[in-house]
Amino acid sequence: MIRLLHRIFPHPHLTFLLTVVWVLLANEPSLNSLVFGLILGIIIPFVTQPYWPDRPKLRNWPMVVEYILVVLWDIVVANVTVARIILFKRDADRKPNWISVPLELRTPEAITVLAGTITMTPGTVSSDLSAQGHCLLVHCLDAPDPEAVRDQIKQRYERRLKEIFE
Amino acid sequence: MAFIFEFLIAFFLVVSGIFGFVGSYGMIKLKDPMSRLHAPTKATTLGVGGVLVASIIHSVLIENHLSLHELLITLFLFLTAPITALFIAKWHIHRHEKPENLPDAGEDGLWATHAVEQVEDVPDHTAN
Repeated sequence: MIRLLHRIFPHPHLTFLLTVVWVLLANEPSLNSLVFGLILGIIIPFVTQPYWPDRPKLRNWPMVVEYILVVLWDIVVANVTVARIILFKRDADRKPNWISVPLELRTPEAITVLAGTITMTPGTVSSDLSAQGHCLLVHCLDAPDPEAVRDQIKQRYERRLKEIFE
Repeated sequence: MAFIFEFLIAFFLVVSGIFGFVGSYGMIKLKDPMSRLHAPTKATTLGVGGVLVASIIHSVLIENHLSLHELLITLFLFLTAPITALFIAKWHIHRHEKPENLPDAGEDGLWATHAVEQVEDVPDHTAN
């Protein structure tokens, strides 16, 4: 019975997300859009199932909320930091740098979220993954101390993602 | 009261304008391509975000109905911006960076972009 449910709803979270997105798109909360959103939310995960066979498990919901708040706060800080570097720092004084972040995360979903977060936050863009997915290549806009940036990424984001996904 | 609402909306619009401008200015000022990538991926997040917050406030306080469309724009922006940045960065690595100029890739030896170039048996499509 449970296996049958898994076959019909391969990604319950995706079903929920698609329904919410559809209702928001309609911008008028009504039973109409809710039902149609639910239909889309059931059909799309079912059809795309072969391309996403694993089911990521979210273990720690309070941590998800904490992570989102931390990232939103960091994005605001990132904008101010980057704006200050662009406006007030002479180009010659800036030290752009590549850093390599060894990953402890193994699930593809967790690595994707980490890479996306790094791109959205202070002065860093994730640029490449190593051949077997064990390291992440990050470019820093201004990093006099690459070690500190790497430790911050591991402490602030990877530790939390590890609790959420693994 | 309406004055305070309008002041709040105007504040968010001005903030977004400033950050959007700084992002575009960064494209001119920064000299190397990888650094240029930082300006549009970040400064524009708050640039767009400010307009969206102003729009939500306007619909709630002045038009008196809740509009949450704007949250979707944020969501789609967060999904697409890192991917665009990653593609441009990978293009840069592919064309302009040698493996020895990049930091050590740990146990894997090579970064994915360079590892692909090592594959010799790329199928030849010119014959068809």
